[in-house]
Amino acid sequence: MSEAALACALLALDPEGLKGAILKGPADGFLVSLRHLSQRRTHRIPPHIGMDRLTGSIDVAATLKSGAPVHDRGLLAESDSLLLLTSAERLSSDKAALIAAAMDHGAAFTVIAHDEGIDDERVAPILAERVAFLLDLKGFEPLDIDITTARKLLPHVAINDRITEGLCQTALALGLSSIRPAVMALRAARAAAALDGRAEVDDDDAALAARLILAPRAVTYPAPPEEEPDQPAPQDAPEPGEEDGSPTPQELADRLLEAVKASLPPGLLAALEKNLRQPGSKAGAGAVSQKTGLRRGRPAGTRQGEPKNGARLALIDTLRAAAPWQPLRRRSNPSAKGVQVEKADFRIRRFKEKRETTAIFAVDASGSAALHRMAEAKGAIELLLADCYVRRDRTALIAFRGKQAEVLLPPTRSLQRAKKSLADLPGGGGTPLAAGIEQSMLVATQVRRAGGIPLVVFLTDGKANIARDGTADRAVALRDAEAAARALRLAGFRTLMIDLSDTRTGPAAKLAEAMGADYLPLPHADASRISASVNAAMKAGA
Amino acid sequence: MSLRYPFSAISGQDELLLALLLTAVDPLIGGLLAFGDRGTGKSTAVRALAALLPEIRATTCAYHCDPDSASAQCDHCRKEATHKLRKMSIPVVDLPLGATEDRVLGSLNLERALSHGEKSFEPGLLAQANRGYLYVDEVNLLEDHIVDLLLDVAASGENVVEREGLSVRHPARIVLVGSGNPEEGELRPQLLDRFGLSVEVRTPTEVKTWVEIVKRRDAFERDPEGFTALWEKQEDQTRRRIVKARKHLNDVEVPDAILERAAALCINLKTDGLRGQLTLMRAARALAAYEGAKRVTDDHLKRMAAPSLRHRLRRNPLDETGSTTRIDRAVTEVFGA
Repeated sequence: MSEAALACALLALDPEGLKGAILKGPADGFLVSLRHLSQRRTHRIPPHIGMDRLTGSIDVAATLKSGAPVHDRGLLAESDSLLLLTSAERLSSDKAALIAAAMDHGAAFTVIAHDEGIDDERVAPILAERVAFLLDLKGFEPLDIDITTARKLLPHVAINDRITEGLCQTALALGLSSIRPAVMALRAARAAAALDGRAEVDDDDAALAARLILAPRAVTYPAPPEEEPDQPAPQDAPEPGEEDGSPTPQELADRLLEAVKASLPPGLLAALEKNLRQPGSKAGAGAVSQKTGLRRGRPAGTRQGEPKNGARLALIDTLRAAAPWQPLRRRSNPSAKGVQVEKADFRIRRFKEKRETTAIFAVDASGSAALHRMAEAKGAIELLLADCYVRRDRTALIAFRGKQAEVLLPPTRSLQRAKKSLADLPGGGGTPLAAGIEQSMLVATQVRRAGGIPLVVFLTDGKANIARDGTADRAVALRDAEAAARALRLAGFRTLMIDLSDTRTGPAAKLAEAMGADYLPLPHADASRISASVNAAMKAGA
Repeated sequence: MSLRYPFSAISGQDELLLALLLTAVDPLIGGLLAFGDRGTGKSTAVRALAALLPEIRATTCAYHCDPDSASAQCDHCRKEATHKLRKMSIPVVDLPLGATEDRVLGSLNLERALSHGEKSFEPGLLAQANRGYLYVDEVNLLEDHIVDLLLDVAASGENVVEREGLSVRHPARIVLVGSGNPEEGELRPQLLDRFGLSVEVRTPTEVKTWVEIVKRRDAFERDPEGFTALWEKQEDQTRRRIVKARKHLNDVEVPDAILERAAALCINLKTDGLRGQLTLMRAARALAAYEGAKRVTDDHLKRMAAPSLRHRLRRNPLDETGSTTRIDRAVTEVFGA
């Protein structure tokens, strides 16, 4: 007999106290069994259910039809059935929070979350926290029992302090931080006694409750009994073992722990160590990033317009726009029924997309720079490219050498292309720095116009020797470069200067100052530090 | 609506309970932020507050205005010479995570608009929460722009709606209470700073406390009426204490020496801005009033230092020391051991 089947019976017996279950594995048997035992219907809730369906709102279809507003109260307020959350691991955290809040307010439904996720996908912790059972249904066999007598008995089942304390100690020893499971374990123990036809909870009931409810939430592996003295509890344990030598709460807790240990499958402990050590932090972060990832952008209000070319109709807002005109329109067109919506009332949704960062690498491929540390610069850029790829940022590559600057790679998200054009980067010739800066500014402006956030990363030694007009004049070249740098600063672009020369006081440092760039001398920076500072710059710019 | 767990029966969360009581004594302290583990009674405590606080007299309008303070009334109530009055318990309104701006601010009343073609305002959650508490569970998961909006309203005490052709302003004196688990996402520092107090809620580590909590919770769930009746006397006591503290709040003296110490503490901790110091002073005064003291003492200040300042410290990513430890250290430095 599987314990999941017992859990099913307990849940059918005391749904108010045990609240629900999270199921993993083939759930059909469990559901059939639960439906049968509890005599309740199931209501399927897919992860993409509308928020308004949960909380209730104006029923638009009915409102339009009748011409008078029709409210629907929402599933959470009116449902008293078994809420079956399918693919519950994909339920967004805000919907999970809504369900959790309804549970806190004593909702009549019972949550059955079917976790169909693999690997690190998990049901929102806010729900897992509020239901009694986390069950793995592999090898589930339904239990053929009748719970009607147990249901009558349940309100009269007593639980003594010794068992309460034993369960609490077990919860603490397992490192649980929430008190809810302990409360639910008490309820489960009571239900187990009722199921067995007793009016008093005994140690076996407690062990079952500990195995079913506390064990799956264990954060720490219970310490072996002999290492226990750091537990302050035994001193003030009241009336140790009063009647007929029944174990003290401490002894009971030890026994319960043994039961818990026995119920933990061998592979689980390693998983425990790995997963539950930092509860939430990982799963939570994932849930949050997913939330933003699923949307195409933040809703940014609505505007008048027609719902075509993929624009989505904002129904409520359309109705709102149409509402004030209803009496007038009815007068002019009395035969039409319901709400009279006209073209001018249409409102469509607008979304604000997250602005993406584009890193523009402007690389000095002149002879002087190439001689020095072109290889290192390439290494650094490659590292940066990998980072950009991880963040789904776009990159562009500009090289300046000889007499001009050239866009080797327009803004792209393709790591392959970026890498290839970098490898093919030719070297040698003069340093037309002014042209390089101007070209970068051009690309940066394009990026900004397209709604992105540009970040220009210069890799140069700053030793400009080709002026803007292509003549080889060091003094003019430097002046031109500085002018271009100031223009860049005025345009308000975020820049980073990676100095390829050996000195910190060279022309590159001066240029960095002129363009308001963050300055990073390469001799003191390894590739990973460069990457770190670009990351920092991007975050600041985003 | 089911019965609420009695406030006095909550055990093991003394700092949270005290902070909540102080916001009831002096709502000007500003909101409260409760961060910590799940299942430690944050939500229970906030919701229990509604039943604990004394009833208020209110007008019958949608904003349940205060009949005794004309400045805090809605336009409608201000125009009326006499008001119909009713008694009501202090509103504690839950703000669900998915709440839209419409729902929070209020919006065009669709029903009236559709059936009568009238433009009228449908008050939102802010109106419901006027003169009471607005509780946001998982505030760290709420959209930033909604949190911004809430904090603005909480600071100004007024909700201004300019949308869909509506132009409405109504009183919204709310105390914002946010709770959440920092492991699931942080609040932006500029938002943190605008909450008055912040408390860290931890799981109790003593078996005795656990047993007590579990037993009480179990007793409540099995017999809400009986359990609530059992605690009625204690609830009454606390209620009377709050009423008394409110009355005496303005008589509590805040000596200059105390203000200087508060300033020294803030300077020592390098908190940004004056909000921290102001909150610290108000919280210490509310504590003094709650405890029936005539003037604020060092002791009040010390006890309020952590909840008033811990969320305003600049974080150094390399320094792993918790905020509370840093405040304790500063307190020792300023006040002497």
